[in-house]
Amino acid sequence: MRIERQTAPAAEADLTPMIDMTFQLIAFFMVLINFSQSEQNDKVILPTSELARPADAPIEFPIIVHMTSTGSVIIGGDEISLEMLRSRLAPELSLLTLRGKTAHDANIIIRGHRSVSGGRVQDLISKCQELGFEKFSLRVKEDI
Amino acid sequence: MKFRHKSVQQDKTELSMTSMIDIVFLLLVFFVMTFKISAQEGDFNVKMPLQDSGAPVDNTQLPLKLRLIADNAGNLQQIVLNDSQSFGTDWEQVRAYIVQLVGDQTGPSADDGPEVEIDLDYNLHYAHVIEAITAVTGYRSGNDVVRLVDRIKFAKQRK
Repeated sequence: MRIERQTAPAAEADLTPMIDMTFQLIAFFMVLINFSQSEQNDKVILPTSELARPADAPIEFPIIVHMTSTGSVIIGGDEISLEMLRSRLAPELSLLTLRGKTAHDANIIIRGHRSVSGGRVQDLISKCQELGFEKFSLRVKEDI
Repeated sequence: MKFRHKSVQQDKTELSMTSMIDIVFLLLVFFVMTFKISAQEGDFNVKMPLQDSGAPVDNTQLPLKLRLIADNAGNLQQIVLNDSQSFGTDWEQVRAYIVQLVGDQTGPSADDGPEVEIDLDYNLHYAHVIEAITAVTGYRSGNDVVRLVDRIKFAKQRK
């Protein structure tokens, strides 16, 4: 007796729901992605404030200075002592001069660790004042 | 003339989904990997020019001196306003008092209006300094921020 081989129809999965979901996920991540390159440092945990809101306009000539919990300063990725700050800010001043600006036009953004002493932050401000900087921004994190 | 009706059964054209799904998954992986949940950051602006030793210029309409006293560990021990009023460590009371003084009908401009001078102990934790600035700068009312004092400066440091 001859047995006929039955060819089963190829089973095809319905991919439509999966693609729908995947596109929704992509749309979700695309909307929430943030490419802004805010300079951050792991050693610095910012204090929080309920009034923290991102600035409406970009800050002109920002110079970001981090202050760790031990009171040392991080600028441009290098950790230095507060006494060395003057020599590190000198190139920034030269750059400002090249652009026809002065230290008065620059903004020093201070990212201080929440447990550093306030007096140390004042020391940092004083050092910057000696170089002619007068605009300071104390950066804080939004209180969620 | 008789047209022969051809029973045309065209082959069902199927799009190849494989390449599209590949790309879509690549995109998905990219967005998942680069996704970072981080709280928003904001700034408190402090304008502090180096004061000349000559005649001090004080254009403050409302002198507010906020003294922050710390204990040995750097925690906040007492808040004193204008050397006379003590608020313990309650920032809400300080804010309510400043609302009374300043009023919140119209927000102050950056160059005009009252100024607060913060005088803090050297070892006071920076987080408390920010609390002080938050309390005098304004408060949240729903999604809006009511501004109170925009001009903030620090007194000479105590050592």
